[in-house]
Amino acid sequence: MPTLTPFAAIGAALAEEMRHDPTVLVFGEGVATKRHELVDEFGPARVRNTPLAEGIIAGTAAGAAATGLRPVIDLLFAPFLCYAMDELVNSAGKLRFISGGQFAFPMVTLAMTGGGWGVGAQHNHNNEAWFVHSPGLKVLMPSSAGDFKGLLKSAIRDDNPVLFFIDLALLHQPGEVPEGEHIVRLGMANVLRQGTDVTLVSYGKTVHACLAAAAQLADAGISAEVIDLRSLKPLDGAAIVASVHKTGRLVVVHEAARMAGVGAEIAAQVAEHAFASLRAPIIRLGGPDAPAAASHPLEQAFAPDVPAIFAAALSLCH
Amino acid sequence: MNSESQAIDEIALLEQMLLVRAYEEAIVAGSVAGKIPGSCTSVGQEAAGVGVVSALHGDDLILTNHRSAAHLLARGADPGRLLAEVMGRATGYCKGKSGSLHISVRELGVMLTSTIVGGELSLVTGVALSQKMLGRTGIVTCFFGDGAACEGIFHESLNLASVWELPILYVCENNQWQAFVHRRETMKTEHVADWAAPYGIDHATVDGNDVLAVRNAALEAAEQVRRSGRPFLLESWTYRSRGHFEPDDQAYVDPTEHAAWLARDPIALSRQRLIDSGRLPREEAVALERRVRECIAAALAFAEASPLPAPGEMTTDVYA
Repeated sequence: MPTLTPFAAIGAALAEEMRHDPTVLVFGEGVATKRHELVDEFGPARVRNTPLAEGIIAGTAAGAAATGLRPVIDLLFAPFLCYAMDELVNSAGKLRFISGGQFAFPMVTLAMTGGGWGVGAQHNHNNEAWFVHSPGLKVLMPSSAGDFKGLLKSAIRDDNPVLFFIDLALLHQPGEVPEGEHIVRLGMANVLRQGTDVTLVSYGKTVHACLAAAAQLADAGISAEVIDLRSLKPLDGAAIVASVHKTGRLVVVHEAARMAGVGAEIAAQVAEHAFASLRAPIIRLGGPDAPAAASHPLEQAFAPDVPAIFAAALSLCH
Repeated sequence: MNSESQAIDEIALLEQMLLVRAYEEAIVAGSVAGKIPGSCTSVGQEAAGVGVVSALHGDDLILTNHRSAAHLLARGADPGRLLAEVMGRATGYCKGKSGSLHISVRELGVMLTSTIVGGELSLVTGVALSQKMLGRTGIVTCFFGDGAACEGIFHESLNLASVWELPILYVCENNQWQAFVHRRETMKTEHVADWAAPYGIDHATVDGNDVLAVRNAALEAAEQVRRSGRPFLLESWTYRSRGHFEPDDQAYVDPTEHAAWLARDPIALSRQRLIDSGRLPREEAVALERRVRECIAAALAFAEASPLPAPGEMTTDVYA
């Protein structure tokens, strides 16, 4: 199987979908500069640079999506989404409902997030839960190169506005991508490792920490199941509940702040639907209620690491 | 345009303005009676809306905002379905999910109506991009107010529309009021049109209370957008005669300014001009007003008799 970085996998998904559907176009901050091979193949009308103005980029995408185009926009960093909240949340997320179903918004918004670049809190903020809480939007955050490609292709074909979060620490880590038409359906969690003693649920870069912790747990005689959510909305609650029915123990792990994060929803769903199966309290590991620091050790300490996940799982099993 | 067709046009325009006024007055009365939720009326701005819409082609598109009655009715929206929407009925254009503030009627080309001040400005560039890239001929008209012009998105929208050469007719209905604040407290310039030139956008300002002047200015502006494929900004200088949102006692309004504008009421101006010039006999004017009242009474009866949405509608139309 060929290997690609997620950056290249995103480029491949864009090129394939632009070939597949002439209404797909991509625009945003430096898109034509960064992805000149797309300009070469599809021309400057379908691959556009824009002003550094997130509000009008997102609004233009919503207006275009409602009237026959399928835009993909790149807003660079997740904190910059604050400038586009009205267009994403009030327009793309609500105008279908408000209009009684007269419009649909097939559009994808790309935004990088997470530690790894040392640029501090106005470029690094895992704010994906805000969008999970906003009606009408779908939210993705893949952890592997294959899913970057397969999920982005599905997102472009979806008739709803999709937020596609890119964990920037993963962006240049090569991984396997199946050849040919590789599509990953939205809303399907991926069980990366089977286990019977404890369930580790995560998304983004901390999936890899969970896999490493699971290997160490195996050495300690504990069988950990690792679930990569990939899709935060729709959320594959059934896969999580089924796993907890089997293992009886749950650790939820993400870089985003613990308070009202996606992990809180997962813990609540498990408490509602698998309480009788639980043999120990649920543990949530996540970032603190604090902006992300630029300084490397502080930035890296934000995300739960392998020892923390190992210790949490171990504490539930003893 | 010869004088005869102009005469016919102005009577039709007067009828539309009367319809808008009667529609808004029905909502105000219903609101006072506790039967209809409050709303943002377009009373005083009828000429600004009706004049522009009368200048558009059937395949042109419109984006508007919460003060939209003139745009919707002039475009041919059914007052019954509009009132049903305002009253939260299932027969409304948006199944009662919009209420008065963001009514879209896609079949008439009234698209993506937004009540977020400046929302329409953020969306219009995308609608115009679709028109251009998909080879459609219609231009896109975007109605907004002086309040929206003070939002950052106004400037982002004009800049992008100019850089990308998008066929947009921006229409600022400068009604002097930004919710509860007068324009002179928030702007250094008198006219929003002054803000178009730095973006490379041609502009004009028109007396927004003279329906014929608005229509003629809009015909010219729309023609320029069609010919050039580039944006144009038309500013209608008008006045919001009622409050921001019903009910509103307007205690904050300068009575002298208010009275001066009421003396230039767009409907009274047009009616008087038609009567004085002999184009509209007084008894025909009275008959016209009666027809409009009957139309709104029938619309109100339709809306009141319409069913409320089924409870399950609370979660439909969320995802495509």
